[in-house]
Amino acid sequence: MSVGAPRALASSGQKPITEILHPLSAAEEPLSVTVGGDKEVGLTNGTPVETSSPASTSSLFNRLQLDDDLEADVRDPYADSTEMRDLFVTVDDPKKHVSTMETYITYRVSTKTSRVEFDLPEYCVRRRYQDFDWLRIKLEDSQPTHLIPPLPEKFVMKGVVDRFSEEFVETRMKALDKFLKRVADHPVLSFNPHLNAFLTVKDLNKRQGLALLSKVGESVKHVAGGYKLRARPAEFCAMGEYLDTFNQKLGTIDRIAQRILKEQSEYLTELREYGGVYSSWVGSEEELRRPLEGVAGCVTTSCGALEDLGDNMSLDFLPVLREYVLYLESIKNVLRKRDQSQAEYEGRLEAAILRKQEDRTPMPLEVEKCQDKVECFNADLKADWERWQSNKRHDFKQLLTGMADRNINSYEKSQAAWESLITLLQDKQTEDKTSETN
Amino acid sequence: MRRGSEEATSVKRRMAEDGRDESVAADDDSQHTAEDGRNGINNTMVEESPTLLRRMEICVAEAEKRSGKNAVNMQETFTVYLIETRPMDALAEGRNPAPDSLWRRYSEFELLRNYLLVSFPYIVVPPLPEKRAEFVWHKLSADNMDPDFVERRRVGLENFLLRVASHPVLTNDKILHHFLTEEHSWKEVVYETGFQAKADSRLKALSATFRVRNPDKRFMDMKHYSDELQSHTSQLLRARARVADRLYGVYKVHGNYGRVFSEWSAIEREMGDGLQSAGHHMDAYAASIDDILEEEEHYADQLKEYLFYAEALRAVCRKHELTQFELEMATQDLISKKQQHEELSTGIVRTFSFKGMTNKLFGQEAPEQREARLKLLEELIEEGEEAVKDKTVECEEHVEKAWVDVQRFKEQKDKDLREALINYAVMQVSMCKKGIQMWSNAKECFLKM
Repeated sequence: MSVGAPRALASSGQKPITEILHPLSAAEEPLSVTVGGDKEVGLTNGTPVETSSPASTSSLFNRLQLDDDLEADVRDPYADSTEMRDLFVTVDDPKKHVSTMETYITYRVSTKTSRVEFDLPEYCVRRRYQDFDWLRIKLEDSQPTHLIPPLPEKFVMKGVVDRFSEEFVETRMKALDKFLKRVADHPVLSFNPHLNAFLTVKDLNKRQGLALLSKVGESVKHVAGGYKLRARPAEFCAMGEYLDTFNQKLGTIDRIAQRILKEQSEYLTELREYGGVYSSWVGSEEELRRPLEGVAGCVTTSCGALEDLGDNMSLDFLPVLREYVLYLESIKNVLRKRDQSQAEYEGRLEAAILRKQEDRTPMPLEVEKCQDKVECFNADLKADWERWQSNKRHDFKQLLTGMADRNINSYEKSQAAWESLITLLQDKQTEDKTSETN
Repeated sequence: MRRGSEEATSVKRRMAEDGRDESVAADDDSQHTAEDGRNGINNTMVEESPTLLRRMEICVAEAEKRSGKNAVNMQETFTVYLIETRPMDALAEGRNPAPDSLWRRYSEFELLRNYLLVSFPYIVVPPLPEKRAEFVWHKLSADNMDPDFVERRRVGLENFLLRVASHPVLTNDKILHHFLTEEHSWKEVVYETGFQAKADSRLKALSATFRVRNPDKRFMDMKHYSDELQSHTSQLLRARARVADRLYGVYKVHGNYGRVFSEWSAIEREMGDGLQSAGHHMDAYAASIDDILEEEEHYADQLKEYLFYAEALRAVCRKHELTQFELEMATQDLISKKQQHEELSTGIVRTFSFKGMTNKLFGQEAPEQREARLKLLEELIEEGEEAVKDKTVECEEHVEKAWVDVQRFKEQKDKDLREALINYAVMQVSMCKKGIQMWSNAKECFLKM
């Protein structure tokens, strides 16, 4: 952890002075920062820190450390030990923009960092989905040996889902937040210059244009091919097989979840009508009025609980599943690229060996470079694979636990309603009995 | 499984308490039920009481299939039910004598009920369980031979007997006693009462409904109420069946999670065990709906009883319409006869009559003829007055007795349906608890992933 003096206010490129946050400003973003007021702000090694200079990076760091620790009681294994983290990103505050050409949503992307790669310790920019998509493509292109986290689905059926509904925007935002956090936590991806631009540049569109032009040449290079792979190492075969099977299972789970939603929705329709019959019966009864109304009320409560359950599952469960399917696809692509890279190396090596045999030319540098490339690729991929596996485990644990919680919650709401009805009716009964015997 | 007997026992208990301030414990037929512990109401005190139920313990213990020739000499299979009775005083003394028993089939219960309907037209006669399975949701079979249906019918028949035997008026009927005690000669005895001849024709009853002028308003209101009761209970039963169908689907689809989790766990290292166990809980969840819905059938049966009770209530109201109508007719008849008499004796024609016309046109008849006619009319008037007196008594008695029983029925209905609704709520709570349990189990497994 580096405790350095705050950077001087330099011209940090494109940003006008008025938009740069003063490093000494105590401007706390109204995010999920819940600083434990009672907690002793101190360094992790126990040394207390002067709270009088709130902008000093150490106190800044500590505040942020508390911030992230308070989230999810399931520890995110993706995060390295918290002492190492020096880049924090958050996506929030969705806003609708209406222009003559289109309507779209932007999100606030806030960054806090002590890294030297960043000119300032804090940034705040607005980004739309397109921009995230751009970032992801850039990351894929510039870091082909790494696994890039998925984005929420790009396209939504306009008739089926309301792109501007609160729930949809909320879901998308959470997914974008997750994406960015994963990238920021990755030891290699987080240092990518495109990420830097994404987090800091005010107007990304201009940069996008320039960037696109300069990157065209590079991406063409990767299409090099025509080489056939001889022997894929076993572990990468296993990865491929795993991905295929996992993909299948995810598809099945998605179908089951959708089927359940459908069945629940039909059940809900019948249940509502059923409650209605109790209500209409009330009219012809006297003594039975209260119990009938009570039952109708409980049925209505159950309907509400069920509706919430369905909505939650649509918005929280299914999108995550689909994200993972996209994730698997992108990983498979990386595996293919690795194969290609290995194939290229093998091809060149073979050619070089033949030439060497003919006219004793030394092993060309290119072949060695290829070998390096393959070995780096394999190492990166293996490391990322492990990271991905543990991340996946965390994610699915959270996903499935969430599903269980939601179902439990739905039942609890219903149970509470029925139980209070029973109490109500039984109290009335004992009331009646005592008045009878009196 | 004799779960229905638990309900029957509580009904028994209530019927034993009916109309009495002191609570009396009715013995439970513990040797016949599976839930011995739960029914444990010990027989402490049996009072001298007007209802048969106090003197005799009744239950429909079993059902069996039989084969035989029917009325048109064709082979058929039918079910018979074992009725067992034991004297209460013996049980009170702690003795445990073997019960008297006989076998009856459904059609004999029907015969008994028809007899009661005709013989006690001022009583809301308890209904029988349905003849054929209706309001079924898809998993239940509509087959009369289906063991679940037979079982529920057994419970329903027992309930019928208990209701009849605890009714303050019906309980004293000899035919009822015979039904419970004489297996073979009973049918002849019933037919000998000639009750079938006393039955009102449908046409007569219908005509009365349309033509009666001054029925008692209370009975008209009751008739309207019986329509409401019938309509609501049948709507409820249909809606409930549809809901049950859908709920079944929801639960069963969750079973698919069980399978896919199991398959998925095969390719996972650390996550495998958690997934596998969670899958088992999903299977258990899917299977739990069967018991839940079976229990709900008892609620449906309680609703059905009152659906059929509505019919019985309407019958009492229609009988009132009929007696009132007959009284009106008799009164009208008497008036017209008196009028004729007056016209004949005074010569003043008040109303148009052909006789009057022909008299005018062709001259009046001879004095002897007139005398004869007057005499006849006087006799008819006397008869007519008797008839009106009888009809008035019949009508008033019916109104009086029927109103008492309608009140009794109303109180019983309120209590029974209230209890049924509370029990339904209890069932719902139980279903929620089970659901929470299952999902909590699954959640624990997910956390171990």
